Amino acid sequence: MSLSKQHEMHKRRFSRNLGLGIVLAAFVALVFGLTIAKVSNEDFSVPTDEVGS
Amino acid sequence: MSDASLNTSTAQTGEAEFGDFFALLKPRVMSLVVFTALVGLLAAPVGVHPIVGLAAILFIAVGGGASGALNMWWDADIDRVMKRTRGRPIPAGKVTEGEAFAFGMTLSVMSVVMLALASNFVAAGLLAFTIFFYVVIYSMWLKRWTPQNIVIGGAAGAFPPMIGWAVATGGISVESVLMFTLIFMWTPPHFWALCLFMKSDYEEAGVPMLTVTHGRKSTRKHILVYTILLAPLAIGAAFTSIGGPVYLAVALVLNALFLKGAIDIWRRDEVQAEADQYRTEKKVFRLSLYYLFGHFTAILLQATLSGYGLGGWG
Repeated sequence: MSLSKQHEMHKRRFSRNLGLGIVLAAFVALVFGLTIAKVSNEDFSVPTDEVGS
Repeated sequence: MSDASLNTSTAQTGEAEFGDFFALLKPRVMSLVVFTALVGLLAAPVGVHPIVGLAAILFIAVGGGASGALNMWWDADIDRVMKRTRGRPIPAGKVTEGEAFAFGMTLSVMSVVMLALASNFVAAGLLAFTIFFYVVIYSMWLKRWTPQNIVIGGAAGAFPPMIGWAVATGGISVESVLMFTLIFMWTPPHFWALCLFMKSDYEEAGVPMLTVTHGRKSTRKHILVYTILLAPLAIGAAFTSIGGPVYLAVALVLNALFLKGAIDIWRRDEVQAEADQYRTEKKVFRLSLYYLFGHFTAILLQATLSGYGLGGWG
């Protein structure tokens, strides 16, 4: 009886961990995509060191 | 009360599945948020990078979902009483109230910050205000206090197209306010139609719904009045930059149908409604869903057509 209860609990835990893992991976991919989209925008400019020179 | 204690004792395992947390976000409401925000974004005269647009819509959806989770946390006591909401994760004992609160707060903050980074502060500010409005103004204050709860609270569901528009333009305009007003005025007749056939639920929960405080006859009258007020607004939007001939045709048909439905509801009494198990009320409720979907699809169509130089009034 305790075995089946353990099994049920592990199943729930696995579903939660898997879901969270997928969401985190998707979030990382999204932030990476956003960064690429932002830096390849025409408005974006790399700061120059002319001020110091 | 005994129902509530029975329910909580069934499965308070503290080991919720991923799907239970997802259910806290009210996925059906979220789908409407995603759709209307997307239309707001695409109907705007300024284009955005597809990745920025995708990210913005996602963060708006997460923000909307987070407010849903906080609403479930606050309303857990009445959710246990109402038949319609008894299966939600907290009353079903799958997620604890504390977990729902932490989940909702974390996602709220994260979605607002990420939307600000992905788009602009106006859009992020509007999203923050939407969450605040839904959780504090509607759920905590109005819902249990006034029968006009759904009228004012409906504003929370009306913000997404404005946020989508702000993502693209960085501001607010007549068109985005019109899209807001369309949902704002549509919410009361939509929700009151539901209240008419979800009979005793709100009464048992002690929520001052119009059906409970002013009676069903008055609710039927209110549905008609709001539908009459909604029609010129919805049709008038056809003559702004988000409208056009396609939108006008769709708006004319849908408003005629919705008005007919509202008149049918108004002319009926409880005896007739109970005799056919609220057939007309259920029909109008379903129609109200098509009504909103139809209007926003038409706005989207107009925006797509204008990309080919076919939109608007030439």
